[in-house]
Amino acid sequence: MKMASLKTMTSSVAALALCAGAAAADENAELVINGDIEIVTRTEAPAHLAGHLDEIRSGWTFRTRETQALEMDDFDNPGMIFVEKAIEAWDTVDGTEGKSCASCHGTAEEGMAGVKAVYPKWNEAAGEVRTMEMQINDCRTNRMGAEEWKYSGGDMTDMVALIASVSRGTPMNVAIDGPVADTWAKGKEIYYTRFGQLNLSCASCHEENYDNYIRADHLSQGQTNGFPTYRLKNTKLNAVHDRFKGCIRDTRGVPFGVGSPEFVALELYVASRGNGLSVEGPSVRN
Amino acid sequence: MASGVKPRVKAPKSAAAGESVVIKTLISHKMESGQRKDGDGNLIPRSIINRFTCDFNGQNVVDIELAPAISTNPYFEFEATIPEAGEMKFTWYDDDGSVYEDSKSIAIG
Repeated sequence: MKMASLKTMTSSVAALALCAGAAAADENAELVINGDIEIVTRTEAPAHLAGHLDEIRSGWTFRTRETQALEMDDFDNPGMIFVEKAIEAWDTVDGTEGKSCASCHGTAEEGMAGVKAVYPKWNEAAGEVRTMEMQINDCRTNRMGAEEWKYSGGDMTDMVALIASVSRGTPMNVAIDGPVADTWAKGKEIYYTRFGQLNLSCASCHEENYDNYIRADHLSQGQTNGFPTYRLKNTKLNAVHDRFKGCIRDTRGVPFGVGSPEFVALELYVASRGNGLSVEGPSVRN
Repeated sequence: MASGVKPRVKAPKSAAAGESVVIKTLISHKMESGQRKDGDGNLIPRSIINRFTCDFNGQNVVDIELAPAISTNPYFEFEATIPEAGEMKFTWYDDDGSVYEDSKSIAIG
């Protein structure tokens, strides 16, 4: 760990983080998946973060060597089990129109490469910012005549993981200006608003104290480039909004709803903080 | 019967005679421990993979007994010395009596 990355904190916390960090994580390791896909896990922060962060880092750089290794080979990555399930769903006809995802999009590799990197994005026809989940449900209801999937249900998160997996290595590049500017500003406001009895904003942990320990947890920058994330603690893929919900719950606040306009705005803003990092989902975290 | 069970194996297609190779195996399985209760307080019955074996040309390589505390989707990685070309056979035994099999042939060269 470099001294430069240590930010505002007490000296006792700094000493603790130094010891524990050195033992636990290999921060300078490079992530190459399957010996083929090179992942950018550290890069210069996007311009809109000037004065807040100099360097952005994937959550992968904060994890232990053992956890890091799990993501370097698809066979070792438990998240790929769920991607396989989604490949089956991709090819399965559902709904009244007799269509599967493959009917319009071909294979996921053909139809979805690079797509995850630009979501959430503006949908002109609907006049709203859409997350990947909203777009999938739009396809299911309007084009396939099928039932909506639950916003952060297993089917949905698996499908998002499949779509992310074919974009791995592509740099995150969500738009923050034009029609999405208002939503982005709303997301930024939420990011810096303190919630809950503990009075914490997203920034309290993930901007001012990343790389420090909050009790036993090594705080990351809270980047979303690795989502959906396979967490060792619950042995399943976790959607971005579920993670947001967990974070606000941990501040002892009342979370916004999964799929709510507030979380969509926050997802856009947080994704834009990671512009430049490679899409990495499904990633492996603890 | 456990649903969504699918065995997976990663093994090299060929090896030098006498070479030690890394074999990776994974089976998707919920590994229900038998300790948990459902919403109504009833015990959820145990349903796990209780044994895993690997044989090469009829000779046993590993034979593993699994216990309820092993987490979901059990993964095993081990090394095996390949003396000759042949077939590596993998077998998983489920509590419900199901047996899942996979095999990989390994050539010399």
